[in-house]
Amino acid sequence: MANQLGFYVDMSRCTGCKACQVSCKTVNQLPLGVTWRRVVEVDGGEWIQDGEQYVPSNVFAYFVSAACMHCENPLCIQVCPAAAITKRDDGIVLIDQDKCIGCRYCEWACPYGAPQFDADRGVMSKCHFCYERIDGGEKPACVEGCTYRAIDFGPLDELRAKYGDFASPAPLPEASITSPSIVYSPTSHTLAEGSPMGEVMNREEL
Amino acid sequence: MRQNLPLSQAFDETLISRRTFMKWGTALAGTAALGSTLGPTLVDIAAQAQAGVAAAAGESTLMTTACYHNCGGRCILYAEVQDGVVKNILPDIQAEDSVDMPRAIPCVRGRTQMNRVYAAERLKYPMKRVGQRGENKFERITWEEALDTIASEMIRLKEAHGNEAFYFHYASGTQWRGPDGRAPIRRLMRLFGGYTGYYGTYSAACYAAAQPYITGIGSNSADDLLNSKLVVLFSCNPVVTRNGGDGIGYYCMKAKENGTKFIVVDPVMNDSAVALDAEWIPINPGTDVALIAAMAYVMVQEDIYDHDFMATHTVGFDESNLPEGAPPNSSWMAYIMGDADGVVKSPEWAASITGIPAARIVQLARDIALTKPCALTQGYGWQRRAFGEQPVRALPILAAMSGNFGISGGGTGMDLGSGTSFKSGGFPEPPNPVTASISVFLWPDMITRGTEMTTAVKDGDGLRGTERLTSNMKFMWNHGGNCITNQHSDVNGTIEMLRDDTQLELIVTSEVMMTPSCLVSDILLPAASGFEADNLITGNGAGRVNWLMYSHQVIEPLFEAQTDLWVAEQLAERLGILEAYQEGHTTREDWMREMVAVSQAEYPDFPTYEEFKEIGIYKRFTQGQVVAGAAFREDPVANPLSTETGKIEIYSPFLANLNYPEGMPAIPTYIPEWEGVSDPLRERFPLLMTTNHVVHRSHSTFANIDILQEAHHHVMMINPLDAAARGIQNGDRVHVFNDRGTIEIEARVTPRIRPGNINVWQGTWHNPNANGVDIGGCANTLTKYHPTPFAKGNPQHTNLVQVEKV
Repeated sequence: MANQLGFYVDMSRCTGCKACQVSCKTVNQLPLGVTWRRVVEVDGGEWIQDGEQYVPSNVFAYFVSAACMHCENPLCIQVCPAAAITKRDDGIVLIDQDKCIGCRYCEWACPYGAPQFDADRGVMSKCHFCYERIDGGEKPACVEGCTYRAIDFGPLDELRAKYGDFASPAPLPEASITSPSIVYSPTSHTLAEGSPMGEVMNREEL
Repeated sequence: MRQNLPLSQAFDETLISRRTFMKWGTALAGTAALGSTLGPTLVDIAAQAQAGVAAAAGESTLMTTACYHNCGGRCILYAEVQDGVVKNILPDIQAEDSVDMPRAIPCVRGRTQMNRVYAAERLKYPMKRVGQRGENKFERITWEEALDTIASEMIRLKEAHGNEAFYFHYASGTQWRGPDGRAPIRRLMRLFGGYTGYYGTYSAACYAAAQPYITGIGSNSADDLLNSKLVVLFSCNPVVTRNGGDGIGYYCMKAKENGTKFIVVDPVMNDSAVALDAEWIPINPGTDVALIAAMAYVMVQEDIYDHDFMATHTVGFDESNLPEGAPPNSSWMAYIMGDADGVVKSPEWAASITGIPAARIVQLARDIALTKPCALTQGYGWQRRAFGEQPVRALPILAAMSGNFGISGGGTGMDLGSGTSFKSGGFPEPPNPVTASISVFLWPDMITRGTEMTTAVKDGDGLRGTERLTSNMKFMWNHGGNCITNQHSDVNGTIEMLRDDTQLELIVTSEVMMTPSCLVSDILLPAASGFEADNLITGNGAGRVNWLMYSHQVIEPLFEAQTDLWVAEQLAERLGILEAYQEGHTTREDWMREMVAVSQAEYPDFPTYEEFKEIGIYKRFTQGQVVAGAAFREDPVANPLSTETGKIEIYSPFLANLNYPEGMPAIPTYIPEWEGVSDPLRERFPLLMTTNHVVHRSHSTFANIDILQEAHHHVMMINPLDAAARGIQNGDRVHVFNDRGTIEIEARVTPRIRPGNINVWQGTWHNPNANGVDIGGCANTLTKYHPTPFAKGNPQHTNLVQVEKV
């Protein structure tokens, strides 16, 4: 898609504070339990004995801020029995909650778990790229809310030309599944997808 | 070691657990017992607000309001208001975003200011305690009754005990310039004859007390980090504690991107270590002075230090520049070479204390001595410890030895961020007629034995301004603060002490939220939040860009909340001092105009009052880079420091005179801590417990905000080795306990903390269950009421505990 919009996340600027997540929730008025943008903490390394001391060996941590990837090949659209999910000309993937029947197929199909069930309303809910804000010339809430200016957005081809095409820091799945519209700049410790070296620390928060 | 999960699998499990998320939400609602025990049924204001928005047809407007807490920020918030309801909080709209004029983007907390104002935990009506203090039983009363009671009690207690029996408690929840905040209440109490004051803060008691005896100054401005090749952060986590779009954390990030290398010395690989791609040197908490002494030893052994500077700019570096009358072998050199005590402060010696291998200590000393320029920076964490005065004094010695004191890109070894504050008027307060003051931490002693408190520092209480207090504390006003229980040490012990209301007879708390400190108070006054009155506030970023903000009233006060100024005036009237209180200021705006005039007089381009109110903000670049101590470096005789000797006081004549080697020796000294790394009590409580500031609370402010609780669970960090020995997995519920109490909390099993050390995130609200277990997980349920020797400050990071799986 020529005009595909994408997110860019500079992981080397991320402090794990979740201002992106919370800005998104307040601007989009999301209920508890529905969190469009989430931040994964990955820790790794170990402590080994060195004489009488324990010393750290390759201990590291990094954070992955992730929302809907507005994929070029969105599995959510393929599995939706109600044809409630569509992709705009600019590549933004939208759920029409009037059409959604709340069957949650999209939630299971999406390897990022982006669509989430809004139990109060009985429909699916996910990042819509703040399309109304964008259409009005503003930035998405997460982009504007990051205190360390780690998140940006723009045409995907421009982001890739500027920042490369790395899209799958662990624990995110490999990019070939859905062709996500995302570019990450890794930290010096970021693991690639599938690495057995680290562990998600904050599962209960996600 | 535990088995590593493939991350994609871990993520899958994550998604499954998220699907059961609502259970967590339910559990949380079940534990929020405060409201139900404390008065009339709560109305879900937030739901009402949302309904109001949906039904509203009116246009929405953006108005400036502020984050006004004690986080190191004070960021600009724009409230989107529609039909009297705040619909949204939006960040600084300034278009420019550069190192010279960064946007003051509010942090994760600030974005929830709306949730805070509409929180169910709002204190809604005046209330009075019924039953014993600490039983948590309250009854709704009218404002009339509340104010009449306070006024008559103030008169009675003054007649019976005098003004020294009054105390205005330390608090930091509101940071207004005025008209609201602590100042209008203090003005009232001063006009009523005054109150016993306090010195120091819970943030930096030891720092403030020790600073005059080493450098007298702070360190360079934060923007100067961009000129550093190497920055070593000791007990310092600026990306969290100085968050906000224009904070010191921002300048650290800019320095990193400019090529500055960072090293973090801390028991925890803090978020700054992660985000600044720092090398992490994990150290046993409370042993930093041993590390510093050993690094000084290495610099001497390898002759990699600035001999000339130490000779001309310091006192007591070696035997040649000790002051007259100092005993032999009392210099820093004698200390590190073992001439004083027979113990050579070698890397091997320090390794056994700090837990850092000797070779790593040697390498760090070389890095600091040979990388030019190098900034050594201290946070406040290491001085909230048993002997917190010592590391504050020790680090500047390394800054001096390594040639970095007073140069750009270097620093004095003190706290980062010297800056010029914005010139603005505060709410005027007359001098306090009572001259007596106690250490900020010792107020419980003033309740139980105030008249016995002594002025001596050594083996005494450090009472100032009088020889003896004429009364124990009988009246306390606590405004916008949670330091009666939650943020003070030993919460359980403090509550027990307060149960006897024949000692401290009346505690008045004026607050926005029903906090744990409200629960031990006698009269509760619901205060207007920042959205509910016009106020002025100054920015508090990294000192380079500053502002004065007009924080607008954007909604009507909720329930029966009243402004602090209104409360003070109502009481002034009842106490017969209204005329003196108002001094001709009959409206809120009268006070505000007078305060704004101070800035208008200082800055020629400051707008008119009406324009300022309309725009809401006046922001300016106030200063460029500051190199602290540069003139002193140039010429120490012409430009002395403010210390007693005018030099870097490694050896302090004043402290030598104090003759207090076990608490505050003449030179900075490693003093093994009680409940420290070498305390035999570790046989029962083997784990050292530190606590840290987190990005999602400002101390205990924001602790009740559900979307922040959802984003950041309340956890205790524990090393995988310690967790495995206790059968604890990541995410398990655990008990952390010692003789002072037990908390229940979620375990974060992570290699980001050293073995033998746990770390509890501070600031959650104390919430004991029927068995006395604090399921709120308040760190201070476990901390000790034991003042530091010199500052008489709070040692809240020095604790021994045990952990077991629930």
